[in-house]
Amino acid sequence: MVLGMPTKKPDAPSKVVALIAEFDSVDAILAAAEKVRDAGYTKWDTHSPFPVHGIDDAMGIKPTILPWLVLGGGITGLLGGLGLAWYANVFEYPFLTSGKPEFSLPANIPVIFETTVLLSAFGAVFGMLGLNRLPWHYNPLFKKKSFSRVTNDRFVVVIEAADPIFDTQRTTDLLNSLSPICVEEVED
Amino acid sequence: MTTLTSDNAHNPVADGEKVLGPNDNAYQDPTHRAPLVVGKHNFTTITETVTDLNLRKTPRAWYIAFAISNCLLLMFLYCIYELITKGVGVWGNNNPVAWGFPIVNFVFWVGIGHAGTLISAILFLFRQNWRTSINRFAEAMTIFAVCCAGAFPALHVGRPWLAYWLFPIPNQMGMWPQFRSPLLWDVFAVNTYATVSLLFWYVGMIPDLATLRDRCKNKIGQFLYGLFSLGWTGSSRHWHRYEKAYLLLAALATPLVLSVHSVVSFDFATSQLPGWHTTIFPPYFVAGAVFGGFAMVVTLAVPARQWFGLKDFITMRHLENMNKIILATGMIVSYAYITEFFTAWYSGHHFEQFVFLNRPFGPYSWAFFTMVFCNVCAPQLFWFKKCRTSIPVMMFVAMCVNVGMWFERFVIVTTSLHRDFLPSSWDMFVPTKIDIMMFIGSFGLFFTLFLLFCRFLPMVAMAEVKNVTPQAHAHHDHDEHHEGGQH
Repeated sequence: MVLGMPTKKPDAPSKVVALIAEFDSVDAILAAAEKVRDAGYTKWDTHSPFPVHGIDDAMGIKPTILPWLVLGGGITGLLGGLGLAWYANVFEYPFLTSGKPEFSLPANIPVIFETTVLLSAFGAVFGMLGLNRLPWHYNPLFKKKSFSRVTNDRFVVVIEAADPIFDTQRTTDLLNSLSPICVEEVED
Repeated sequence: MTTLTSDNAHNPVADGEKVLGPNDNAYQDPTHRAPLVVGKHNFTTITETVTDLNLRKTPRAWYIAFAISNCLLLMFLYCIYELITKGVGVWGNNNPVAWGFPIVNFVFWVGIGHAGTLISAILFLFRQNWRTSINRFAEAMTIFAVCCAGAFPALHVGRPWLAYWLFPIPNQMGMWPQFRSPLLWDVFAVNTYATVSLLFWYVGMIPDLATLRDRCKNKIGQFLYGLFSLGWTGSSRHWHRYEKAYLLLAALATPLVLSVHSVVSFDFATSQLPGWHTTIFPPYFVAGAVFGGFAMVVTLAVPARQWFGLKDFITMRHLENMNKIILATGMIVSYAYITEFFTAWYSGHHFEQFVFLNRPFGPYSWAFFTMVFCNVCAPQLFWFKKCRTSIPVMMFVAMCVNVGMWFERFVIVTTSLHRDFLPSSWDMFVPTKIDIMMFIGSFGLFFTLFLLFCRFLPMVAMAEVKNVTPQAHAHHDHDEHHEGGQH
């Protein structure tokens, strides 16, 4: 590992899956993200210990579809709760208690409300994990020393080799021009 | 790196405008927002302070506390064994007072949980950033309190091995639960609440578990923190969806927490019994739950910040804010007590009036006046800033409220039931040894879970605290916000 310059491994250049540049402040990562975005990269990401304000614009992240998944969960819960109460007390096991009707909406609202909230919450949590492709059991980034502080106090830019305009030399030069703490190659 | 109190030119403490302690952020100066975190902290020291609590060698005091709470937990398990092998006769529940201690304890514990969700969800929606330091352990408190709460109705059914009858599961008897009953609503409300609270807590913890994964040195720790952090990398694309999910969960948990104690109160309010059959119950129960819950948060926060060295994160201002909420909800609860008496008088209903005269002047007047002293009188101290910022006073009031809120449920359950319409069916309720041991034992369950949490999980939401520090805000376009950590 060499600060500022990536280690060259001429015998196995095809194994490089990404380039990683490390930064130590919010300002630096925001400026770097804007430059990488403007350079036209598409398969790249920034990593930070907390959600950085303004990074969505700096990276050009589009709004997530997650709210629609939550709405879907909510509607499923609403209809499911309604259907469950009707199925149990009208269709499958009708019985008379306190002269109450077999089915009436007011008496069923608490249960329907709870199932709506429950499935909406499932939509939010599992939808978020699904869209983020988590859990992810293996990630070559974790092998890198410069990545180990990203959950603590450092910020990194990762540009994947799979990006259509990725070129080891030119991408390295771009990252070095952003005045990072270091730039490293990520091998798989 | 700048620190949270770096902008001394605008810091009234540093200016000497107010002569307060070096770490005092409870001053009232409307021209300057108080910092949320005191002391000289940056991202690195925040990570180190919080993760060291998990990664250091287990302190001896933890083992002692854990042993004591385990003894109480064993007592709880022994009581359950007695109950299952001998039957519900081991309790003091009798014919008029069929609900007795188990339901009192259930409402007490489920109410305590409400403060955690209030802090994590409602204060989040209201952008009350001071919540970030206390939300993690308040949410943990919620989940453990709901665990204790859930045990009591499950045991109160008498034959707990048949508790699955409560759920709509196809079974060999061809029977289904009755969806028109508030007791079934309660099953759905409490289970949904427990599930959503757990998800909310866990989702909030994923980035912090990843921090522990990256800092942990031992193999088992690395494996377990790695497993539960799900391969989190702190990717900005992930954070984007994560923040949206968190916001949506907060928006869902807010009506949920209000519904839970409302549904619990329906168990009482939809019955025909004087003292229970009243429309004020849902808001009255919710306010009482928040009141009692915040008292429990203060009870836990004061020793926790002392023992775990978290005074920079859980500051005097946090405690003062919580005390203000205790005062506000305490006033709502007091108002509800008065309204109940007024309604009983104004209704002109013979039996209703009797119940409310029987509370202060009947055989359980000692319980009633304990409740009034603890819930109405004690919180009045919090009108004074000196009391709100004094550790001994706030611990005294918080303990009073803990006791008072248990007695409130005791008064509601017992005094309403023990003298109903027919004097021939009147009887006194006297708890047995098992009743009392079981209630104390449930604290063993609570504290065992809480101590495990303190030892192995991040007690402060590191990612969220870092997010409200000044360094988290870009400087080139936010110069005027440089005082930061103050939003």
